[in-house]
Amino acid sequence: MTLELSIQYLMAGITYGSIYAIVAIGFNIIYNTTGIINFAQGEFVMFGGMIAITLLNFMPLPLAIFLAVVITMFIGALIEICFIRWLKSPSVLRMIIITIGISILSREVAVHIWGESIRSLPYFVGNEITSIPILGARISPQVMWVVLVSALMVVCLGLFFKTTSVGREMRACASNRKAATLCGINTRNMVTLSFVLSAGIGALAGCIMSPITYSQYDMGTGLAIKGFTVAILGGLGSSGGAVVAGLLLGVIEAFSVSVVPLAFQDAISIAILLGILFIRPQGLFGSKEAAGLKEY
Amino acid sequence: MALLELKQLHKRFGGLHAVNDVSFQVEPGQIKAVIGPNGAGKTTLFNMISGTFPATSGNVLFQGRELQGKKPFQVASLGMARTYQNIKMFSGMTALENVMVGRHVQSQAGFLASMFRMPWTWKEERDIRDKSMELLTLLEIEEHAHTDAASLAFGQQRAVELARALALEPSLLLLDEPAAGLNIYETAEVGRLITKIRDLGITVLLVEHDMSLVMDISDEIVVLCFGEKIAEDVPTAIQQDPEVIKIYLGEE
Amino acid sequence: MKKLLSILPLLVVVIGVHLLTSATDTMYYLTQMTMSAYYSLLIIGLCVLMGYAGQISLGHAGFFAIGGYLSAALTTRSLIPYQDTLPVKLLDSAGFLLAGQDLYGDSLLVVTPWAACILAVVTAALIAVAIGIPVLKLKGHYLAMATLGFGIIIYRVVLASEYFGEADGISEVPAFVLLPGLSVSGNFGDRVQNYYIAWGLLLIGMVLLLNLMDSRVGRALRGIHGSEEAADAMGVNTARFKLQTFVLSAVFAAIAGVFLTHYNGGIGPSEAGVMKSVRYVAIVAVGGMANLWGALLMGIVLNFLSLRGSFGSYDDAVFGLILILIMLFAPNGILSINVRYRLGQLLGRNKQDREGEM
Repeated sequence: MTLELSIQYLMAGITYGSIYAIVAIGFNIIYNTTGIINFAQGEFVMFGGMIAITLLNFMPLPLAIFLAVVITMFIGALIEICFIRWLKSPSVLRMIIITIGISILSREVAVHIWGESIRSLPYFVGNEITSIPILGARISPQVMWVVLVSALMVVCLGLFFKTTSVGREMRACASNRKAATLCGINTRNMVTLSFVLSAGIGALAGCIMSPITYSQYDMGTGLAIKGFTVAILGGLGSSGGAVVAGLLLGVIEAFSVSVVPLAFQDAISIAILLGILFIRPQGLFGSKEAAGLKEY
Repeated sequence: MALLELKQLHKRFGGLHAVNDVSFQVEPGQIKAVIGPNGAGKTTLFNMISGTFPATSGNVLFQGRELQGKKPFQVASLGMARTYQNIKMFSGMTALENVMVGRHVQSQAGFLASMFRMPWTWKEERDIRDKSMELLTLLEIEEHAHTDAASLAFGQQRAVELARALALEPSLLLLDEPAAGLNIYETAEVGRLITKIRDLGITVLLVEHDMSLVMDISDEIVVLCFGEKIAEDVPTAIQQDPEVIKIYLGEE
Repeated sequence: MKKLLSILPLLVVVIGVHLLTSATDTMYYLTQMTMSAYYSLLIIGLCVLMGYAGQISLGHAGFFAIGGYLSAALTTRSLIPYQDTLPVKLLDSAGFLLAGQDLYGDSLLVVTPWAACILAVVTAALIAVAIGIPVLKLKGHYLAMATLGFGIIIYRVVLASEYFGEADGISEVPAFVLLPGLSVSGNFGDRVQNYYIAWGLLLIGMVLLLNLMDSRVGRALRGIHGSEEAADAMGVNTARFKLQTFVLSAVFAAIAGVFLTHYNGGIGPSEAGVMKSVRYVAIVAVGGMANLWGALLMGIVLNFLSLRGSFGSYDDAVFGLILILIMLFAPNGILSINVRYRLGQLLGRNKQDREGEM
């Protein structure tokens, strides 16, 4: 494999990896406050992209993306308020089935609004053939957008959780819900907020990836599986782990193209998921001691 | 030979020594009690004996056989049954069905035989039902046989749980705080049932908080404190042991 | 014996439906009733796994597809190019091969439907064992994701392999002659016969599972669901029982796949899709999880409506909505809803909430 080709693969891997990491962080945010894995996480990404594409007919790109993110956050809040908020200590099985139902419903709503056609946002800068040469490989500027915006999201989220009082309240809620309630934190609102946040970052990811990977009504399930793989790989609940694992999975997937037929590419990440679940459910970086306390 | 023998049993959770170097024996036919204040390591000890989790080091010998490394279902099939401090009923099943699950190791029918109702399973099924009913009668709750077990009163659930454990035909019965959550009357009742069980020739090892029950029914008592064995003797001697009194009544 | 008697009313209904449709000249309903029966066979198997053994599977369409696709491929793909390899020779000497001609007059060498059926079901069972051993150690979200992942792998494999016809699937699957004069096929003339074959199979499956539930094994499974720790302490080898149930439900799914594929004369990748798996889970949930009769009833009703096209282009949406509504309002299944009690509870709850806020 030539150096240029390797760099090409590497950059493709990093691009996809950044998206997977963002989806995984979306899983983590909701998991941390509620203990729920939101199977509809991939649909937030789909909504973000699709809504932005529609809005683009009426307004400039930055505004369309901004509004798409806001609308998706609103959808996230709505979902939580309608389907999750008023359940009293539901069983895990029940929550799994409900979020799967939400995922299907979202997808069906999307197919009835937008149809089955594949769409995409235009490139933020230039077009498909604009490229920046890096070490002989030609890299699209959109890749830079994906990587930079993702990195920015991770940093901003980190700052949000560390420095703002709302962020700290959410973390308190994550580490001990009962204690947080006793301290006067409205844990229910924190749960809604976690849905809003993870819908928001999902939607933004959906917008920045759309020019490269396109948007379609049924893209959610595949993304959810990969995002979940990354979340597990990085240790469920850990954002840093999600970033590393996301990039790792993206790069592995990209390089596997040269070995495995494209049609089986999804199977690779799923095989990794199954492998990691069987061998090390606490993730690559999680500790075995702490994992012993959790139920897998 | 002792029925059950613990040899220098040791359990560490991280830096905490939950059970530290505990050894004792249970002779066939006796009721032996393990007592100690909260956090003394009683339930941990039980969980190691019944195979719920392995010991950090040490041995558990049951009828001369090593139990370390065996899973709970394997330990059960060797003839050791147990109950739980917070009763674990099979919800959605009647009291009788709960006890019938206890006959599991005494019967054979597998998936195919059960699906096709092989003739030889008919007799087995009848035996399971009859034996289970007998046990409910022995424990004096036969009138609730067809009631959903989870909806029974707490004391009655205790009795069903005892019947379920007895259905295994165990040679050793482990009881984890059988009087927990019961009132004085019910506690006395459970005590009476336990002696009744011992009189059937079943050895009983129990962990208990309630001193009156333990002093009444046990033949021998082991006292644990912070994971260590500090005394082992007959009840009358334990009552006078200054070390034990210090733990239970505090210093000074 | 009691179990057989409880099946009797159902048998009467089955015959009744046939007579009713023939009297009212609506025999075309029998086609969807036949297909619903096969889907319901999968569903009652899944019901035992989910409701009684308490293990969720989001990959059961995968087992259905393994059964359907393997029997379709084996009975249609010619083995002439591999005639000299050992496995083909073994099949041949066992009398499992059949020479024939395809539509264009080229000669074919394929596996007989019976042998293909057995091979397909055994393969499904073996895959279930291989997948089940690691997967069933997981719980909750992890189990759900792992089985979902398994389902997607099967979907990707059939979609990407030329052998399985890629996006077109496999068509022109021959009839499955069970006994002389009794064959599973979509032939117009065999419609009534096939209706009874499908329902006969479903009734047999139902009797077997009802027997199972009211036996040593069934009690152990329900015990595991009630309290896994206590069942373990009663000597129940929980891991083994879960695995056996998983395999049993996979076998039911594979048999349904084999028969329905012969009945339809083909199979396509949508049968392996995630949506199908989710739909099966939805139906078991609507039926009440640990309720074989509920699963059977809902399996027939919902599949029949869906196959009749009652839900139009909202087919998947309907099942998604059903899932959410059932889990929100009646997690014990639709048959458990006591309307007045529920209403009272809802009103009462609202009052309580308001008081809590004040």
